[in-house]
Amino acid sequence: MEFLTAIFVTPFVEIVSYPIFFFEVVIGGLLAGVMYSLVALGFVLIFKASGVFNFAQGAMVLFAALTLVGLMEHGLPWWLALLLTIAVMVLLAITVEKVVLRKLVNQEAIILFMATIGLSYFLDGFGQTIWGSDVKVLDLGIPSAPLEFGGILVNEFDIVAAVSAGSLVAVLAVFFQKTRIGRALRAVADDHQAALSVGIPLKTIWAIVWSVAGLVGLVAGIMWGTKLGVQFTLTLVALKALPVLILGGFTSIPGAIIGGLIIGMGEKVAEVFWGAAFGGAIEDWFAYMLALVFLLFRPQGLFGDKIIERV
Amino acid sequence: MDAYAPQKKERVFGDVVLSVDDISLSFGGVQALANISFGVREHQVLAIIGPNGAGKSSMLNVINGFYHPQQGTITYKGETRRQMKPHQAARQGVARTFQNIALFKGMSTLDNIMTGRNTMMHRNLLWQALHVGPARKEELEHREFVENIIDFLEIEHIRKTPVGRLPYGLQKRVELGRALAAQPELLLLDEPMAGMNLEEKEDMSRFILDVNDEFGTTIVLIEHDMGVVMDISDHVVVLDYGRKLADGSPDEVRSNQEVIDAYLGVAHD
Amino acid sequence: MLYREAGQFKSSYDEDQAIFPILQDRIMLAIVLIVAFVAVPLLFNEYWLSTIMLPFLVFSLAALGLNLLTGYAGQLSLGTGGFMATGAFAAYKLAVAFPEMNIIIVFLLSGVITAGVGVLFGIPSLRIKGFYLAVATLASQFFLIWMFNKFPWFTNYSSSGVISAPPRAVFGDYFVTGSSASPQAKYLFALAFVALLALAAKNIVRSHIGRGWMAIRDMDIAAEIIGIKPLQTKLGAFAVSSFYCGISGALWAFIYTSSVEALAFDITRSFQILFMVIIGGLGSVLGSFLGAAFIVLLPILLSNAPTMVGLNISVDLISHMEFMIMGALIIFFLIVEPHGLARLWQVAKEKLRLWPFPY
Repeated sequence: MEFLTAIFVTPFVEIVSYPIFFFEVVIGGLLAGVMYSLVALGFVLIFKASGVFNFAQGAMVLFAALTLVGLMEHGLPWWLALLLTIAVMVLLAITVEKVVLRKLVNQEAIILFMATIGLSYFLDGFGQTIWGSDVKVLDLGIPSAPLEFGGILVNEFDIVAAVSAGSLVAVLAVFFQKTRIGRALRAVADDHQAALSVGIPLKTIWAIVWSVAGLVGLVAGIMWGTKLGVQFTLTLVALKALPVLILGGFTSIPGAIIGGLIIGMGEKVAEVFWGAAFGGAIEDWFAYMLALVFLLFRPQGLFGDKIIERV
Repeated sequence: MDAYAPQKKERVFGDVVLSVDDISLSFGGVQALANISFGVREHQVLAIIGPNGAGKSSMLNVINGFYHPQQGTITYKGETRRQMKPHQAARQGVARTFQNIALFKGMSTLDNIMTGRNTMMHRNLLWQALHVGPARKEELEHREFVENIIDFLEIEHIRKTPVGRLPYGLQKRVELGRALAAQPELLLLDEPMAGMNLEEKEDMSRFILDVNDEFGTTIVLIEHDMGVVMDISDHVVVLDYGRKLADGSPDEVRSNQEVIDAYLGVAHD
Repeated sequence: MLYREAGQFKSSYDEDQAIFPILQDRIMLAIVLIVAFVAVPLLFNEYWLSTIMLPFLVFSLAALGLNLLTGYAGQLSLGTGGFMATGAFAAYKLAVAFPEMNIIIVFLLSGVITAGVGVLFGIPSLRIKGFYLAVATLASQFFLIWMFNKFPWFTNYSSSGVISAPPRAVFGDYFVTGSSASPQAKYLFALAFVALLALAAKNIVRSHIGRGWMAIRDMDIAAEIIGIKPLQTKLGAFAVSSFYCGISGALWAFIYTSSVEALAFDITRSFQILFMVIIGGLGSVLGSFLGAAFIVLLPILLSNAPTMVGLNISVDLISHMEFMIMGALIIFFLIVEPHGLARLWQVAKEKLRLWPFPY
């Protein structure tokens, strides 16, 4: 009885009595969700262009952030470190294409997925072997003072993160829709062989898309790294992007964004208002459960097409 | 005109075993089937013909419950239904093969055909884990049956070969074997001879007719090769753009002006 | 001339369906079993038994469980750790609540409980496939670990969240669990469990149940059309797989480490088991053992190699290197032989069968 009250009564009473607090939680959740979206975006890009579920996206986030911090710790100015990190991510993309993807072309999707798990382990180990495993502070001078909007407190940093994520998505959308490479990318996503047959260089396209995913990872790494410190737990943040993908559908960029917002908000609201009823820390699994329940009703995700199966 | 006419002895058919009434099926805005009706008698060989995209495969998919039509009913063995789960259809004696071979690639020929017997094997997990007594006996009985099919289809030599390694013609044969293993009363064959050479087609036609003769299995098949269709079928249904154009004996269909215009006479692909 | 099937004629389907139809294979298996049951406990010292052989057995069982689900039934799961934890905690609660209960029964029951949990989390597999399912199984992983961590009831209100296996004996007074049991007794007990369960697994996968799983794996639509019920088949695979993983978790808690906390079964454990299955070979019982051996031995090799060649590397660095090498090996294996060590073994056998006239 007490338990039921804690689930069905108390939270709603709290929400109604402290609406401003509720809104703060919602907005905090939405802004955190933007960060999930950023990671999910990297997954979607690669999945769209190569049909590979890139489990290593999280490792790429960590690796990018580690490289950036590591270079800055060696006394490089931030802009130079940033440029070098971008170069490293592009190099990584080219290497992955050459060493992994090219060798596994035509294998089943599941094999490629497992290969990216291997890649993820490799990158985690490689990054920490080079740069060490202590928690590093990443400070790019992004302000983080709390701001007040009509009585609701919002962290300035979260807004910066949301704005950069938003502009990144806009740039990507233009890139995909308007440029020649974007068109080629969409063609490859539709059908590898058909794309090859009209002369689209598959290997170059893959390298490009992995580079772009690497850059998205870098942005995500900067944001998360500033927030949590650059450390191994960043890869766990990446795991949170997976339910986002389920919600949004694997191939939809808007889906990744909206899925991220829903997960971010749902998780925060659940933790703050319902966490107590379950003994706390339900953030650990809430996102996955939400995705799981959602899947039962809409297996193709929010924005995925209805699947027509053929034989 | 009758030079091609099959030299058949008088064939005897039973009652209508499957009747399709007023079936319509659409995917979003695409109308795949529109108000299709026809019946299949017991022991009959019925061919569905029509140009690509006419809705032939969709028709088979509706019959065995894989697609659910928006309108119309299917009466099978006296039971009228709108839709059904494919595995229920299988348990009622409907088996089929597929246009694009749908074998289990990781398994051997023998295992593939054995899966056709799965609906009839009931020993539970515990017995299977021990693999003694009844479980073993059951396995051997079914193995015996499957070996007969293997003999019948002349594929003894590839019994233990993973089907992924087999050439196309043999894969089609294994697929027929898997369907036969279920001892179907109604066998649906989706382009059983597509992509085969003449000799393979002859073999396949022989197997189909033998199945029909020896086990009395009712057969619905889709085929593009008109020679084969006219030779082996008792009844032909012609589809075009989801509509039924004609329905009758091979000779009737051959002389139907609409069919000639839509399909036989006009070059399509 | 060593490995031939020429001259070994089968005169019945029964003989042809034997688990090892070739005589040489039977001899080999007998040798392996004799070595495992007699030579190993006599010759290996305590260190080898308890730090290499025991984890190897426990991991083999978990890998076998996951292989049944992923390799045979084609359902990718990242929740192995969660299921192992379920087995461990179920066994603990049972053993403490019913001190008189035979430990074998305790283990089997904890497997059954885990099977139930596995079925529960396997339900989404009816609607979703592939990667979607993999993500959904993460839900079970995180939820179960959180649950065992959060509710002190599971650890009988132990303040550290650690459960310690109570000592239990079989056949009167041979103690096989707890910290006081001898490594030999523990090893033999675990070995017997693993050997019998492996035999059962082999029997299941070559039965109609196993064929149903493989049919679903290879082409689920066609499987349904030939009459294989997706519901029973998939949930059955989840149940059997979880049963194995649960017993593996129970063996871990009771025999390998004697005391364990929920975090020992976190997401990295799930990946570790998945790697064993990939490296060993998807869809192969033998592969589960080969993969487990590989993953158990590799870190030991890696941490000893630098000192052997006289290098002094920090423990931290070694663990990072381990990650790197593991990742690289996974990729290497997938590129060279996506079907794992078991396939290499099979290819070697086929070559040997034809040797010295390969054409």
